[in-house]
Amino acid sequence: MSTLTSAHSLWTLAADTPADRIPAPTIEYAQLAPTLIVVGAAVVGILVEAFVPRRSRYYVQVFLAFAALASAFAAVVGLAAGGYGSTKAHIAAMGAIAVDGPALFLQGTILLASVVAVFTFAERRLDPAAHGNRVDSFAAQAASVPGSDSEKAAVKAGFTTTEVFPLALFAIAGMLIFPAANDLLTLFVALEVFSLPLYLLCAVARRQRLMSQEAAVKYFLLGAFSSAFLLFGIALLYGYAGSVSYAVIADVVDGTITKIDPALAGTMGNDVLLLMGGALILTGLLFKVGAVPFHMWTPDVYQGAPTPVTGFMAAATKVAAFGALLRLLYVVLPGLRWDWRPVMWAVAIVTMLAGAVIAVTQTDVKRLLAYSSVAHAGFILAGVIATSAEGVQSVLFYLAAYSFVTIGAFAVVTLVRDAGGEATHLSKWAGLGRRSPLTAAVFAVFLLAFAGIPLTSGFTGKFAVFSAAAEGGAGALVVIGVLSSAIAAFFYIRVIVLMFFSEPKADGPTVAVPSPLTMTTIAVGVAVTLVLGLAPQYFLELAGQASTFVR
Amino acid sequence: MNFPLLTVTAAVPAVGAILTAAVPAARRTAAKWLALFFSLATLALAVLIAIRFEPGGDRYQLTESRPWIADFGVRYELGVDGIGVVLIGLTALLIPFVIAAGWHDADPLETSSKRWRPTQGFFALILMVEAMVIISFEATDVFLFYIFFEAMLIPMYFLIGGFGDRAHSGSDENAAAQRSYAAVKFLLYNLVGGLIMLAAVIGLYVVAGNFSLQEITAARAAGTLDMATNTERLLFLGFFFAFAVKAPLWPLHTWLPNAMGESTAPVAVLITAVVDKVGTFAMLRFCLGLFPEASKWATPVILVLALISIVYGALVAVGQRDIKRLVAYASISHFGFIILGIFAMTSQGQSGATLYMVNHGLSTAALMLVAGFLISRRGSRLIADYGGVQKVAPVLAGTFLIGGLATLSLPGLAPFVSEFLVLVGTFARYPVIGIIATIGIVLAALYTLVLYQRTMTGPVKEEVRTMPDLRLREVFVVAPLIALLIGLGVYPKVLTDIVNPAVEHTMSDVKQTDPKPEVAVEAKNGEEAK
Repeated sequence: MSTLTSAHSLWTLAADTPADRIPAPTIEYAQLAPTLIVVGAAVVGILVEAFVPRRSRYYVQVFLAFAALASAFAAVVGLAAGGYGSTKAHIAAMGAIAVDGPALFLQGTILLASVVAVFTFAERRLDPAAHGNRVDSFAAQAASVPGSDSEKAAVKAGFTTTEVFPLALFAIAGMLIFPAANDLLTLFVALEVFSLPLYLLCAVARRQRLMSQEAAVKYFLLGAFSSAFLLFGIALLYGYAGSVSYAVIADVVDGTITKIDPALAGTMGNDVLLLMGGALILTGLLFKVGAVPFHMWTPDVYQGAPTPVTGFMAAATKVAAFGALLRLLYVVLPGLRWDWRPVMWAVAIVTMLAGAVIAVTQTDVKRLLAYSSVAHAGFILAGVIATSAEGVQSVLFYLAAYSFVTIGAFAVVTLVRDAGGEATHLSKWAGLGRRSPLTAAVFAVFLLAFAGIPLTSGFTGKFAVFSAAAEGGAGALVVIGVLSSAIAAFFYIRVIVLMFFSEPKADGPTVAVPSPLTMTTIAVGVAVTLVLGLAPQYFLELAGQASTFVR
Repeated sequence: MNFPLLTVTAAVPAVGAILTAAVPAARRTAAKWLALFFSLATLALAVLIAIRFEPGGDRYQLTESRPWIADFGVRYELGVDGIGVVLIGLTALLIPFVIAAGWHDADPLETSSKRWRPTQGFFALILMVEAMVIISFEATDVFLFYIFFEAMLIPMYFLIGGFGDRAHSGSDENAAAQRSYAAVKFLLYNLVGGLIMLAAVIGLYVVAGNFSLQEITAARAAGTLDMATNTERLLFLGFFFAFAVKAPLWPLHTWLPNAMGESTAPVAVLITAVVDKVGTFAMLRFCLGLFPEASKWATPVILVLALISIVYGALVAVGQRDIKRLVAYASISHFGFIILGIFAMTSQGQSGATLYMVNHGLSTAALMLVAGFLISRRGSRLIADYGGVQKVAPVLAGTFLIGGLATLSLPGLAPFVSEFLVLVGTFARYPVIGIIATIGIVLAALYTLVLYQRTMTGPVKEEVRTMPDLRLREVFVVAPLIALLIGLGVYPKVLTDIVNPAVEHTMSDVKQTDPKPEVAVEAKNGEEAK
């Protein structure tokens, strides 16, 4: 009976409220400029697809994407220079988006990584021209059935999937919001905004289209699962706290808010909901991060997706997802630290070890890099667990260093080709150092950075996360991390052995000479790797200044 | 700001490496001369360091200190003590010989592609190793040291794996496989050691908050920096493990015979005479300096391991059929002596160990380079393939003999002084261990003389009959080394004067004084004083 009355009163209350009393939302457009620019460009990109003649679409799209990303980055720099990363950090858009140090740092990283990734998207010199048309890594017409007549016709007509540029821009926009999201619904919306374009991008490889489509379906199904977990977790947390806002949930967790929402009297403050909800949201985020045991999708998706997309995904998604994970753990659930730390310990250990061990047995470069990315997710988790400003700083630095190494490495993978497209099987890389010393040397630099050899960015990053973890009292984690680095080093070195110390095979792949676009990507990758290895102080400081979350 | 002599000394070979690597493929010879020039310039700078260094002055001299990575508390801090000066000198001295001895080792085969530039790579890598080794000897910041300690593995790895000995048995593919096995083994052993050290470096950072060797040592001495006993022991073990792999100490030594056997003779010299010295040097500077209590705690075990190294290395050397592997095992035995001298915790022992590092570098270089010349003539590393060489190539045989005699520490040659000092220093504190260690000397005589006898004396083998004697270039490589071996054997005071004050400092770090000499030992102490 009582529930009936309360339901009735709710209903009547709602009915009594006049529409004009709902306050108009105040949106700080200038502070959301980076995201808005990218979304706007993506929308324009779709209009370009509709209205611009096919022949000039490619150029318009590339220019649009580049201009949007560059100006969005300028906006991020402007905001950071305006003090929004430190003193003026606050929560914008009615509590939905945080504008603070970590958000701006990660947005800057995502945008820069995206710029170089988009360069590899735009590369058109690697594949031999088909019917006189220069082609990129993407299918002529994604909708045509592989091997069908319509596909052949599309190839002959010189179609290209220029839709990848607006799709990438949408994904980037989602990634920009993801680490800045300050309530659970925004988090979920951002997740979907960046995931859906990625599922599509995975499916549009020009070569081995069936594999590419298979990868996309796998990614979509597992991604949908993880989204469902996340959503379920959000529902439970709402039941626990009576709000989706990070700040309110954190206050309820801390016990600062004890007022019970009458509608949620039965559930509010129930720790079972908090623990389950927190665990489910973590599951969703760890899936995106690619942490064991939620990593199963990585090798297949990394292998099947067009290589430029793989590089983009491996770098930018990881940055965005770790950003969201950090914010969730540091802003929403710090009061629950003693509950989630052991779990994350276990996840980090399993992730480091499993990633490194399974990678040893891989025979395909892209799968190898996939498992290596799993191992790296484990290393970054070690920094996340530190729960200190140094921890945040180290994770931010690691993410920035790692994204450029990853994009660079995948860009090199696109260059090594044989008649069937990219030659990703490791046996084909034998003797590459003899035939193309420069390409092999560049790839070796990236591998050494992955392995964390000193004088590369990988070492600085690894030192940062491990020392933060050690200071946070996770000494055992550091030892395990160091041991798995040793295992990981083994397979990176194995590739170097193969490239430099094996005799080249007669029917080995050739190294395509790329356009300045891919060259820029690779050169930026090498430069960042070496600069962050030799003189990391400025960037560490930047990450240090950006390491405070706003609440 | 004074002239940054230490930085320049390390930077010159690094710049040389870059320039050498940039020489066009066709100008191979120019690359060689360029590399030689830069190695000689480095030698000149090393001599300058030795001149500017005042033995009686501050502990660390010619210091440089600049901020580097403030967020990690890392500074770019350089400084040399007597031990560092001597080892920088050794490194700078040996590299020109390594380059000259390897003059033709990396000439490309006719079948190679035109863009493949092995010669440039070979000499550039050697110079790069030199730069990294020198900066490791100079670094007084633990992080800075670690970075180069670890980074030097990469050029070494390419030197071992990329430029194998052309003299091998079996097919080319087989040799390539063995070479790459040796390179990977080298890298994995050292990388695992280095990564375990990384954990300890991080631990040290957590405990001390910075990486400055001088600050931490001073704070330890003043008692302002407390370490829990267990923490100190764990950190010590982390550091020591890495250095023991590098040194190498039994049972972590197994990478050395592979690496030395498969690489070319000059690279083998580079490994054992130069790079491995960083391990023993770091034991003196970092293990004893940072963790004095733990060093004392671990001493018994380390001494036993060193003893096993001495005897085991020598015994296995006796049984070798491969010349280069024989020298490798002899080196393991000698590294046992060095580590014994360091951890005997007496000033004779540590002075002796430092001298031993230098003398072992010189004697191994002489023996190994001549062995390399020999092997390149016959195309085989097997002892059994030689015989009667001294009749056809007397100069080669003679220099080989002197190198061998130096290895077995014949009185009058430099290694004798250091081996004697180590044994005396050990005997003063641990008589039993000192006595057992002398077995190593006996076995050394056995393996070197048997090696000489089997290869150089006896009836002249058919394949050896046309063997040419040492060429001019080869004489230029060997003669100065032999002169140095004799010179330092007769007059070791040049080195001991520089080394002794540094050793005193180390002894005070570990709060050890020499045990009171008993009558029997006094005579030998007198020997050292002269």
